[in-house]
Amino acid sequence: MAEVSYVKASRVFSGNPPVRAVDELSLDVADGEFLVLVGPSGSGKSTALRMLAGLEDVDEGAIQIGGKDVTNVPPKGRDIAMVFQSYALYPHMTVAENMGFALKLRGVAKTEIKAKVEEAAKMLDLTKYLERKPKALSGGQRQRVAMGRAIVREPSVFLMDEPLSNLDAKLRVETRANIAALQQRLGTTTIYVTHDQVEAMTMGHRVAVLKDGLLQQCDTPRALYDRPANAFVAGFIGSPAMNLKTVPITSEGAKLDGVTVPLSRSALDAAGGLDEVTFGIRPEALGIVPSGEEGMEMTVELVEELGADALVHGAVKIGDSSQRFVVRVDGRTPPTLGQHVKVAVRDHTEIHLFHPETGERLEA
Amino acid sequence: MTLDASSLQMVKPERRLKRSDRSPLASIGLHAALVVASLVAVFPVFWVLVTSFKPDARAVETSPQLFNESSLDNYTRILGGEKGAFLTWFGNSVLIALLTTVIAVFLSATTGYAASRFRFPGKRSLLMSFLVVQMFPFAVLIVPLYNILIALGLQGSSIGLVLVYCTTAVPFCTYMLKGYFDTIPTDIDEAGRVDGLSPFGVFWRLVMPLAKPGLAVTSFYAFLTAWGEVAFASAFLSAADESKTLAVGLQVFVQQNRTEWGHLAAASILVAIPAVIVFYLVQRFLVTGLSSGAVKG
Ligand SMILES: Nc1ncnc2c1ncn2[C@@H]1O[C@H](COP(=O)(O)OP(=O)(O)O)[C@@H](O)[C@H]1O
Ligand SMILES: [Mg+2]
Repeated sequence: MAEVSYVKASRVFSGNPPVRAVDELSLDVADGEFLVLVGPSGSGKSTALRMLAGLEDVDEGAIQIGGKDVTNVPPKGRDIAMVFQSYALYPHMTVAENMGFALKLRGVAKTEIKAKVEEAAKMLDLTKYLERKPKALSGGQRQRVAMGRAIVREPSVFLMDEPLSNLDAKLRVETRANIAALQQRLGTTTIYVTHDQVEAMTMGHRVAVLKDGLLQQCDTPRALYDRPANAFVAGFIGSPAMNLKTVPITSEGAKLDGVTVPLSRSALDAAGGLDEVTFGIRPEALGIVPSGEEGMEMTVELVEELGADALVHGAVKIGDSSQRFVVRVDGRTPPTLGQHVKVAVRDHTEIHLFHPETGERLEA
Repeated sequence: MTLDASSLQMVKPERRLKRSDRSPLASIGLHAALVVASLVAVFPVFWVLVTSFKPDARAVETSPQLFNESSLDNYTRILGGEKGAFLTWFGNSVLIALLTTVIAVFLSATTGYAASRFRFPGKRSLLMSFLVVQMFPFAVLIVPLYNILIALGLQGSSIGLVLVYCTTAVPFCTYMLKGYFDTIPTDIDEAGRVDGLSPFGVFWRLVMPLAKPGLAVTSFYAFLTAWGEVAFASAFLSAADESKTLAVGLQVFVQQNRTEWGHLAAASILVAIPAVIVFYLVQRFLVTGLSSGAVKG
C-alpha cells in the first residue's frame, strides 16, 4: 500500500503540432484512497494512468509511488497491478494460470500460488472456471479474471482503465458496486479511469476531472457537484447536465427572459465589471410555477419520463436568441408537448456563475 | 515457392451450401471438376511412386502396373549405399534444413516482433528492402554470395549454406511474422510487462506461444527453402561426396546418356518423406483463433 503523486507530470506526443496528452498534472492520492480520473474521450485519462504504470514515458515532471520517485522505473519495478479496458488476458493460459502468472514470475512457491489464486477466485466467484481458457468465458467472467489477476498480486496500487466499459448496463452497475466494496475491503490505493461521470461520482472517494490533458478540479463527488470550479466541470458532472447560458447581468442580478434572477452580493462583486456571465443552474433547481407567477416563458419541446421524475426540455428566449433549458419536474404531472409553461428558479443558493470567457467560477 | 498463411489456414465457412440446394447437373459438374483437379495433382506423384517399385527397363511403359514386377529393390539398393552415400546426404540435408529452420525462424521472429511493436528510424525502408530482395532471381545472387562466403571463410561448409538459405528465408518469414504479430493485441504485451516480464520475456513467453500458427507456416517455408534447393547447394558445398545434400546427390541418377528412373523415383519418394513429416507436425498449429479470448467479450 502506498500513496501516489504526480508532480507536474507531462506526456507530449510528437507530431505536428505536438499533442500534450497530459499537461503538467499535479495530483496527490492518499494511501488507501479510491481516486477516479474522469473526462471526455481523448482528455488524457488513459495516458495519465499509463504514465503511472510505466507504460508511457514521462516527458516532464515526475511520478512517485510510496514516496519513491519511479519516473524512470520500468513497470515491473513499480509494484502495481493494472486492469485493462480490453482485459488483456493471456489466451493460452487457463484462468488459474492467468491469475497466478505474476506470482510465478516472482518465484513464489507453487502451493502458495495455488492458495492465493483459490482465495481470490472465491472472492470473485470464479472457482468453477479456474481450469478454463479465457475463450470459454463470458464478458463478465473475463472482467472478473482481470480483476483477480490484479488482486492476487497484492500490489501497492491498483490501476484500472475503464474496466466496465465492455459490460452491459445491468452488469456494469452490479460490478461497479462490487469493485467499490472490494477496494474498501482490501484498502489498496486505486486509480480508476472512466469517461462515465456516474461511475466516477458513485465510486470515487475523490474525483479528478481532466480535459485536454489539463486537470480541471479534484475533489469529493459532493464538492464537485456543489461547487464546480469552472463551467466545464459544471457541465460534465451531473446528469442531466447543468443548464449553462450566457446572460447579461446588471446590479440587480442576471437577466433571463423577462425575469431578473437576484444574485448574492459576493457573486455580483466577483462579476464586477462584466456585463455578461455564464449562468449555470441544475435542472432540479428549476421548477414549473403556476402561470400567474413570475418566471421565464418556456415552450415544451420534449418530455423525458424517467418514472419518478420527468425531464422537460424547452426553449426560453434570452435576449434575441432562443435557448434550451432542461427542468426536472415531478414524474406524475409532466406538461405536454408544445405547452407554454412558466419556469422559475426554485433554489437561489444553487446558482453557479462562471466567467464568460475563461469559464472560471465567479465568487468565493 | 509462395506460401502464405491464409492459404494454409483452415477457415470455417459461415454456412455450408447443402447438398440438396444444388441441382443434379451442377453436382455432376462440380464433382467432375474436383475429380479432374485431384487427378492432375495426384497423378505425377502416383507415377513416381509406381516407377520407384520397378526396374529401370520398365520405367517408361505406357501402361504401368502397380502390382506386377513390383519390388523394393530400388529402395534397398539406395538405402544400402550402392548408389552413392545416400544416408550421408540425407543426414546433411536434415541437418542443413533444420538449422536453417531454427535460425531463420528465430531471426525472423525477433525482427518481425521489433518491426511490429517498436518505432525506430528506417523501419519502413527495412521492411521495403525485405520485399525488394524477394524480387531478384536467385541465380544472380550466387556469385556475390560466394564471394561473401569466401571472405567469411565459410565456402564449402554447411554453416555457410545455412546462412545463404537464411538470406532467402528470413525476409519472407519476417514479413509474414510481422503480419502475424500485428494481430496480437499490444495490451497483452503491456499486461505482461506490468506482471513482471522483461521485454524479451514478453516476446518469449506471451507473443511466441500466441504466434504458433504463424511460426508453423514460416517454419515450414524455411524448411522447404533449404530442403529441396539445388543451385545454391551445388555451388556452395564442397564437391566431396560426403558433404552433398540430397538434392545435389540425386543428380548421380541422371547421367549424360542414361537416367536411372527407378532409383531416381525411389530416392524422390524418400526425399519427400521428411517434408511430409514436417508438414504433419506443423499443420496442427495451423488453426485460427489461437489468440481469441484475449480481449473483451
Ligand atoms: N501513442 C500516441 N501517439 C500520439 N498521440 C496519442 C497517443 N496516445 C494517445 N494520444 C493522444 O493523446 C490524447 C489523450 O489520449 P488518451 O489518454 O487515450 O485519452 P482518454 O483515455 O482520456 O480517452 C488524445 O488526443 C490522443 O489522440
Ligand atoms: Mg482511454
